[in-house]
Amino acid sequence: MVKDNHSHSADSVLNLRLRVWRQRRGQPGAFEEHALQGVSTSASFLEMMDMLNEKLVRDGKEPFAFDHDCREGICGMCSMTINGMPHGPLPGVTTCQLHMRNFRDGETITVEPWRARAFPVLRDLMVDRSGFDKVIQSGGFISIRAGSAPEANATPIAKDVSDAAMDAAECIGCGACVASCKNGSAMLFVGAKVTHLNLLPQGQPERDRRVLAMVRTMDDVGFGNCTNQGECQAHCPKGITLDVISHLNRDYLGARVKAFFSSTGKARRGGD
Amino acid sequence: MSTPSCNSALSSIGKKAVMALTGLLLVGFILGHLSGNLLFFKGPEALNAYAQWLHEHAALIWTARVTLLLGVIAHIAAGISLTLENRAARSGGPAVEQTRRASWGSLTMPYTGLVVLGFIVFHLLHYTFQSVALGGQTFPLATNPAFTDVHAMLVAGFSHSGVSAFYIISLALLSLHLSHGVSSMFQTLGLRNERWRGRLDILAIAFGWIVFLGFSAIPASILAGCIK
Repeated sequence: MVKDNHSHSADSVLNLRLRVWRQRRGQPGAFEEHALQGVSTSASFLEMMDMLNEKLVRDGKEPFAFDHDCREGICGMCSMTINGMPHGPLPGVTTCQLHMRNFRDGETITVEPWRARAFPVLRDLMVDRSGFDKVIQSGGFISIRAGSAPEANATPIAKDVSDAAMDAAECIGCGACVASCKNGSAMLFVGAKVTHLNLLPQGQPERDRRVLAMVRTMDDVGFGNCTNQGECQAHCPKGITLDVISHLNRDYLGARVKAFFSSTGKARRGGD
Repeated sequence: MSTPSCNSALSSIGKKAVMALTGLLLVGFILGHLSGNLLFFKGPEALNAYAQWLHEHAALIWTARVTLLLGVIAHIAAGISLTLENRAARSGGPAVEQTRRASWGSLTMPYTGLVVLGFIVFHLLHYTFQSVALGGQTFPLATNPAFTDVHAMLVAGFSHSGVSAFYIISLALLSLHLSHGVSSMFQTLGLRNERWRGRLDILAIAFGWIVFLGFSAIPASILAGCIK
């Protein structure tokens, strides 16, 4: 495992060659090469991209479009495949938390968007991740009584259950799992959401309907199928494990069996 | 949230479950086939008596054959469907491809599967139908000519070094297939977690080696001249 190199006491600067993806929606894209000098090793990867864009603007060229928001690793907006690795070479961090001290002076860095059919490129490094929103809309919620807030401890939840649910809830929905998967599968994301909600008592009323609906939407949106290779876990910036996929499979197959044998209701009068 | 209707087409997880359950069936068959084959080393009488016993229980053997045939067809159909969908969903992948964790066995599943399919067809033509690579010879059992002398047939069949090499290479690829499949089927059925993943991965690799060494020992020992 690569470790974030904090041992540099003093900042040094890097001169880099960048191969960055340029694409307009609906048109074929290509890599553009740019040289960038004087990048501080303390800069984050996104700050380095900012430097590149400022240089492009100064030179009268068009800057690269890329997604970013909180820049502290919790919003899930940044989405760059760096040298073939979603979120770059340092495991367990998002692109915004990746620092330039993890690269060498003179290195050529290839930056491209998430690659998956379900994530079409909007522009340059930005992709359309609304496929995830559709999956959430189909079942990633709970139904609660509206009105005054209930007493916080009214629903007892076992510690191990709440821990496991919170581990799954760490998923920030960035899409690195899809981008790293050799099959473009979203099973780690869907597994995290289903595990989070299906473990907790608040998620029980919709438990079976949730998992059936979310898997159906996942398939409809055009994500691939899981082949249990584990690339998603190895690239997830939040350390979500394949446990959630196992949980998703278990809940889904159980719900299908229950739906198959569920009661069809009362006997109809005069019918069979 | 609307109640999802029962879709006639299988979902991604449904197809994966078909892969896992038929895979489990085929793993069970491989274990049974291996234990039967190892009687080869006990001598001609033991192996031929086992083969004769199998053929005297026609209901058993035909139930097994039909179940296995249906299992193999379902395994291949689901596998092809999943692989084609996965190719389309990836849409080419990144220009720079990096792999952090996926095992060699897991990355080559469709290819090793296809080679194993070809091997199964050859193997059936070779020893079940006795129509290829045996030079038109027949092997009636001396004590009961209605049955085949399986031991003599194996020795004759594997004396051909090209045939033996093809068997050993195919068995290596089958073992590679199993080194991922045996652990993967537990994950697909939701019967694995991080604690058990490492153990099941080791079990799968060990199973692959047992299958490879156990089956290959027969052609290897005949080629080496240990058994005539």
